[in-house]
Amino acid sequence: MNTGIPLEYFLVMATLMFFAGVYGFITRKNLITILMSVELMLNAVNIMLLAFNRYLYPNQLEGHFFALFVIAVAASEAAVAIAIIINIYRSFHSIDVEKTDEMKY
Amino acid sequence: MTNFSYTVLIPLIPIFVFLFIGLTGHKMKPLVSGIIGTTGLAISFILSYFTAYQYFFNTEKINGAYQKILAVNITWLQFTDKLHVDMGVLLDPISVMMLVVVTTVSFMVHIYSIGYMKGERGYHRFFAFLSLFSFSMLGLVLATNIFQMYIFWELVGVSSFLLIGFYYEKPSAVAASKKAFIVTRFADLGFLIGILILSFNTGTFDFINLTTVGGPAMATGAGASFLGLSVMTWSLIFVFMGGAGKSAMFPLHIWLPDAMEGPTPVSALIHAATMVVAGVYLVARLFPVYALSAPDGLTVVAYVGSFSSLFAAVIACTQMDIKRVLAYSTMSQIGYMMVGVGVSRYGGEAGLGFMASMFHLFTHAMFKALLFLGAGSIIHAVHSNVMNEMGGLRKYLPITHITFLIACLTIAGIPFLSAFFSKDEILSAAFEHNRLIFFVQLFVAGLTAFYMFRLYFRVFWNKEPHYHHTPHEAPLTMTIPLIFLAIASIFAGYIPFGQFVSSDSIPFHSEIDWLHVAIPSIIVGLLGITLAFVMYKKESNLPDKMANSLKLLYVGAFNKFYFDELYLFVTKKIIFNYISRPVAWFDRHIVDGSMNGIAWITNAASIKIKGFQSGQLQQYAFVFVLGSLLLGILFSYFFIYLF
Repeated sequence: MNTGIPLEYFLVMATLMFFAGVYGFITRKNLITILMSVELMLNAVNIMLLAFNRYLYPNQLEGHFFALFVIAVAASEAAVAIAIIINIYRSFHSIDVEKTDEMKY
Repeated sequence: MTNFSYTVLIPLIPIFVFLFIGLTGHKMKPLVSGIIGTTGLAISFILSYFTAYQYFFNTEKINGAYQKILAVNITWLQFTDKLHVDMGVLLDPISVMMLVVVTTVSFMVHIYSIGYMKGERGYHRFFAFLSLFSFSMLGLVLATNIFQMYIFWELVGVSSFLLIGFYYEKPSAVAASKKAFIVTRFADLGFLIGILILSFNTGTFDFINLTTVGGPAMATGAGASFLGLSVMTWSLIFVFMGGAGKSAMFPLHIWLPDAMEGPTPVSALIHAATMVVAGVYLVARLFPVYALSAPDGLTVVAYVGSFSSLFAAVIACTQMDIKRVLAYSTMSQIGYMMVGVGVSRYGGEAGLGFMASMFHLFTHAMFKALLFLGAGSIIHAVHSNVMNEMGGLRKYLPITHITFLIACLTIAGIPFLSAFFSKDEILSAAFEHNRLIFFVQLFVAGLTAFYMFRLYFRVFWNKEPHYHHTPHEAPLTMTIPLIFLAIASIFAGYIPFGQFVSSDSIPFHSEIDWLHVAIPSIIVGLLGITLAFVMYKKESNLPDKMANSLKLLYVGAFNKFYFDELYLFVTKKIIFNYISRPVAWFDRHIVDGSMNGIAWITNAASIKIKGFQSGQLQQYAFVFVLGSLLLGILFSYFFIYLF
């Protein structure tokens, strides 16, 4: 059953993907791109959940369900986030994250 | 045993009237508030007389002595089993007598004020305060324990403060009210210390326990001593300090003349008849303790009283403001009362001074209230306080004139008027126990006659100044109290006071010593009147000549012996500069400084670190990621090395 690709491959790839997301989240200025980075992080986590489930507890399905939940939440979150971004655009005429600093001290 | 629990209503009615007028007074017509106040007091007045009748005639005496009756007693603050502060009503001869005095004078003053205060702003406020005062005074009189007395003592101080400062737009009235409050408050500090020492030593606040002859309270205080006087004596001297402050005894007298800034009915009620005698009442209340375990305290009382009465009488001879003359006269007469209790001994005939003092308190309340109300009527007519602007008023104010004359004759000690009896009994007591004080008081009796008739002739006879409008007699509400009090002044002396009030509550019969006391005092009084008659009946240059020949004394007395200046010097120059200023500096720089320093540090630190909250989402995220990485490293480190 454990033939083929070893677990570490999945983990390394998911970690890289996650930190790519983190990097994107911190460095991109466009809110849409930031949202995409968030999705990337979520998906990296999904991969980990599935990989762990498959390799550690092959007879159980919690990991799968978690992944499905994350996908569902990510979808709704994307909807909300885009709505927020549209509203930000309406008031700032820009979706540059550095310009939305109304909440500072 | 008669049930006296209704007596609690006597002080409670005025406080309800105070609350009612105080809260709703601005909505009613001024006259209505006056009538409500007067009605409330009338009920207390009737109840007091009823109580006096019940107490003196319908209550059984035990071993021939009037009993102290605890009519109502509620434990108000329970600290420990032994230490508790009660509120209640204590009836004994002197408190019942004071009930009669306070409600009579207060009732008369209420009626008088309806006319006197007409058209004044704050009419309802005036009546509210009068009721508050009546409540406090009655509570003080009926106090069952020294702590309750202290509370009401302060309450009368507050109401006196409010009423002296009634014309709060006048700076002098404001200054006078503050002065009265601060001076009496300072004296009350002594009172409080006295209470603490006394109750610490005797283990009780209760008057009945304190004054039980041979009781446990009296025995305990005799032990320790300090500077040659026992602790008990010290505590009673401190208590007397409070009494001296309230009763304007030297050297705490400076507030009383200034207190005349208040409306005249207030002067009559508070600063002549009731509140200022609270000091005498206090000494009388604790009299068995004074007489039996601290006779030195009584000696202090006697000398302070005697000196004050002489001092005030001399000043009264030179003052030009009629109310100030009366104020000094009050101080002088209270000095008499203090002498009375001071020279008294406990029990039977030796307690003559005590009885005489209470008697004088009673008659003095009547005739001094009459004098003040008469003065109010004069002021009402000529709109001035100063004697120079008066003269020849007998034609215009017939009723005031007659009643004022009666009061003057009374205070001068003319035979068969009330003060003749009371004053001569004080003199008799002084004659028996302390000759020096006797001669001083005899001299003061002459001075009293002189300054009162100086006032009388100066106002009602002498040269008539130019009046802007013809003075006219006061309305009926003002003359009725005058007439009533005049009748009381004449006949109060015939009450066989020894039958009701005595140092050990056992009735005794007192005789006037005609040869040694009464005849000299009559002669001295007549001399004083004659001198005043010669000097002031008609306008003459005699007074000026007199003033010139006794220049030093006259100038000193005219300036009240510079006591105000002395006090100002001590407070402003010495206390303010050398004590208050350093304390204020310490407060401002050290106490406030440390608090401000903490605030400043917090503020500066906040300014420095507020840049972290930049509003840049990605900065936050970066810090968050760094933080979680750090935590991750830390946890894995511990995980690896600990397990």
